[in-house]
Amino acid sequence: MAQNKLDIKAEAKNLNFFYADGTKALKNVSLPVYENKITALIGPSGCGKSTFLRCFNRMHDLYPGNRYDGQILLHPDNTNVLAKGVDPIEVRMRISMVFQKPNPFPKSIYENVAYGLRVRGERSKSAVDDKVEEALKGASLWNEVKNRLQDLAFNLSGGQQQRLCIARALATDPEIMLFDEPTSALDPIATVNIEELMSGLKNKLSILVVTHNMQQAARISDYTAYMYLGEMIEFDATDKIFTNPSKKETEDYITGKFG
Amino acid sequence: MMKENMSNSEESLIKPKTLEEVRAMIKSHKRNDFIFSSIGLLTIIFALLTLLILFVDLVMDGYPKLNYEFFTDFPSRRAAHAGILSAWVGSSLIMLVTFVTAVPMGVATGVYLEEYAPKNWFTDIIEINVTNLAGVPSIIYGLLALGLFVYTFHLGQTIVTAGLTLGLLMLPIVIVSTREAIRSIPVAIREAAYAVGATKWQVMLHHVIQYSFGGILTGIIIGMARALGETAPIITVGALTFIAFLPPAPLTSVPPFISFEWLQSGFTVLPIQMFSWLSRPEHAFHINAAAAGAVIIMLTLLMNGTAIWLRYRIRKNIKW
Amino acid sequence: MATTQLKDPPISKRLAKNIKRNFIERVIEIILMFSALTAVFITLGIVYILVSEAAGFFKDVSVYEFLTSRQWSPLFEDAHYGILPLVSGTLTTSFIALGIAVPIGTIAAIYLSEFASHKARETVKPILELLVGVPTVVFGYFALLFVTPILQKIIPDLPTFNMLGAGIVMGIMIIPYIASVAEDAMRAVPMQMREGSYAMGATKFQTAIRVVTPAATSGIIAAYILGISRAVGETMVVAIAAGQQPTLTFNPLEGAATITAYIVQVAMGDLPHGSLGYQSIFAAGMVLFVLTFLFNILGHMARKRFAERY
Ligand SMILES: Nc1ncnc2c1ncn2[C@@H]1O[C@H](COP(=O)(O)OP(=O)(O)OP(=O)(O)O)[C@@H](O)[C@H]1O
Ligand SMILES: [Mg+2]
Repeated sequence: MAQNKLDIKAEAKNLNFFYADGTKALKNVSLPVYENKITALIGPSGCGKSTFLRCFNRMHDLYPGNRYDGQILLHPDNTNVLAKGVDPIEVRMRISMVFQKPNPFPKSIYENVAYGLRVRGERSKSAVDDKVEEALKGASLWNEVKNRLQDLAFNLSGGQQQRLCIARALATDPEIMLFDEPTSALDPIATVNIEELMSGLKNKLSILVVTHNMQQAARISDYTAYMYLGEMIEFDATDKIFTNPSKKETEDYITGKFG
Repeated sequence: MMKENMSNSEESLIKPKTLEEVRAMIKSHKRNDFIFSSIGLLTIIFALLTLLILFVDLVMDGYPKLNYEFFTDFPSRRAAHAGILSAWVGSSLIMLVTFVTAVPMGVATGVYLEEYAPKNWFTDIIEINVTNLAGVPSIIYGLLALGLFVYTFHLGQTIVTAGLTLGLLMLPIVIVSTREAIRSIPVAIREAAYAVGATKWQVMLHHVIQYSFGGILTGIIIGMARALGETAPIITVGALTFIAFLPPAPLTSVPPFISFEWLQSGFTVLPIQMFSWLSRPEHAFHINAAAAGAVIIMLTLLMNGTAIWLRYRIRKNIKW
Repeated sequence: MATTQLKDPPISKRLAKNIKRNFIERVIEIILMFSALTAVFITLGIVYILVSEAAGFFKDVSVYEFLTSRQWSPLFEDAHYGILPLVSGTLTTSFIALGIAVPIGTIAAIYLSEFASHKARETVKPILELLVGVPTVVFGYFALLFVTPILQKIIPDLPTFNMLGAGIVMGIMIIPYIASVAEDAMRAVPMQMREGSYAMGATKFQTAIRVVTPAATSGIIAAYILGISRAVGETMVVAIAAGQQPTLTFNPLEGAATITAYIVQVAMGDLPHGSLGYQSIFAAGMVLFVLTFLFNILGHMARKRFAERY
């Protein structure tokens, strides 16, 4: 691979993960996340994609008994975000997340987007206003909602809600955005919208996206990782994975012989 | 039941039924259905009607007294001049203390148990206690208050003692409703908040408590209605039954304009007033008791009705 | 594949723990925990007060006399301290109450859960919940001034204060509670079980009696037990209408004091703190607490067993 070290935004190294019940959901997983690129995670259901993604922003800390073992280095800090002395909240302020099902807060559109800023203690109304507008524009939602910012977010359509969630994640200028099957609850048109949005976003940040849809991975990602039973089977440039994978398992999965 | 069980082994003994027999059987079963559903309906109508008659009787008995003076008169030795002024003022002030005690503590406990408490024996003990307290007879709370607030903490037989007592009584209700309301908030909402970097307390304050507000409010109203109607623990605490003065006003004309002297005042409450009139042999006082009872019933029905309506609306409006 | 132990590089300032924020969060958690501990403190407070005051009582009165003497007259010259008369009063009124509330409450629950139309249920259920909240002092009024006079027309010798009237009204009072809790239990029985029964040609009645009721037994029993606990702990109805005279009798046509009525009666008077009479209400309260505690535990065990099943 011709990437040099400078371009790596984050990298997982020998990561193992154990759920509270003892399930070992990740086995020695390693993966680089390149700066300003989209990396797609594919693999059959239950192989550990979500588990892996949620390690990056320490979501697993919310539930007692979960255990990480290994590293996820975040650059330029060169810090293992899984280390004990790291504050998960600081991590989440820099690595944001978009979930499978749109999950806006039952608050106004404006408050949804502004929430990350409020949490950071941002008081200035004009600063928040600016950021909200910028984020909504970034999520291509501004034109649809600019006249109804005080409406309840639940009144938006599913696709709009998901874009609102993206705007919410964008408002705090994250360095990495994690997407867990962001379009699986949406109709085809909304899906296309989100895909275009993601492709546009990579100029600003790095993206790690879990998807079940291989066409989607092929369409939007620069790199693709194939996971199976908690292990990282293959990681390479997307073109390579989809045209000429080096592992038999990957080929079987991609050609639909399995999964 | 028996026959069906035996049928496997002794199949030959059971003759297939003729069509007429089957029809007759179905008919008799349908008759059973009809009989029971009539009995059930009649039972419910009977029970509700009985209660309705009781309420109507009460209101009719008290009707002659339900006038403006009844609310502005102090109790009196002469039934015709007796009113519930000191009682409703006492009830209101006590409810204020009760509210201030039970609500913050109840909500905090509910939030702790639902969101913070680790799964261990320590939490189990707290939970068992909450469940148990909900079933402790109210008069036991009265004894607790008598021994603890009156004679150990020397708070006296005062409004603050009564308010605290009812606060403890109401606590489990607030805790349980808080927990139920919190439980209905989906995990996804919490995760969304955490994912943008909210701390646990921020998630509680900005989301969990806000979204469960309706449910908590329901519990608060039901709890307050219960506190309003409670008599036994207030008797043990030492409510006065004849009181012809009002507690000092909470607002004063001299700075700092607010006074807490009323907390240390003796008091009576609506149900005690009713009870004391009811205990007198003269019929005239029974009329007063009925009037006071009508006031109590209307207040509690109103409060509980609001709570039930609120709960119904929340259930209907949940969007997630 | 052997996992190589990686050494973590030093943590950058931007990602290190925010000491102040973590401290505040911790303090809040501790405050919340103490607030939750209040529940434990209240129970401990109840036990402590009851036991310590009752201990004073048992210094002068032997436990043997307390449990076996057939008279309770702590306020008289010739004082006796047998709890039995109060227990008999409590049990008699409770039995009458349950004799009314259990059958009516159960029939109402079965009807509401299995027979009533959706609309009827949605109307009656809130009314039941509403009635559960009616203050008991009001029911005392009904017992004394409505039900007893009617009973006296049927039974001319009935005294003004009697356990029958009090028990009946207490029963009426508990019906909504039992009906509501039992109905919840029956509704929790999964629909498939009913469908299985209907599919075999069973009627509504057969399904209700042979499938739903057995499946909901522990839930329904929980409703009964919690109802008993309520009846035993009920105070105002009996204090107003059942009489104040401790009498060892199970005859509902007589008046007799219950444990709760006795406590009210003493509390209404002006007994000096620390006197034997004062302490006696705590001894009586302890018996009441233990009784209701047992019923509550039983009730919750039944309920939990039911909840675990569905
Ligand atoms: N909270 C949990 N406790 C225990 N095991 C879990 C938990 N969550 C997931 N698992 C297990 O961990 C493994 C990986 O699950 P994960 O959700 O990461 O899969 P996934 O690849 O995201 O699947 P999908 O494509 O269906 O979303 C599965 O075997 C799953 O059963
Ligand atoms: Mg997943």
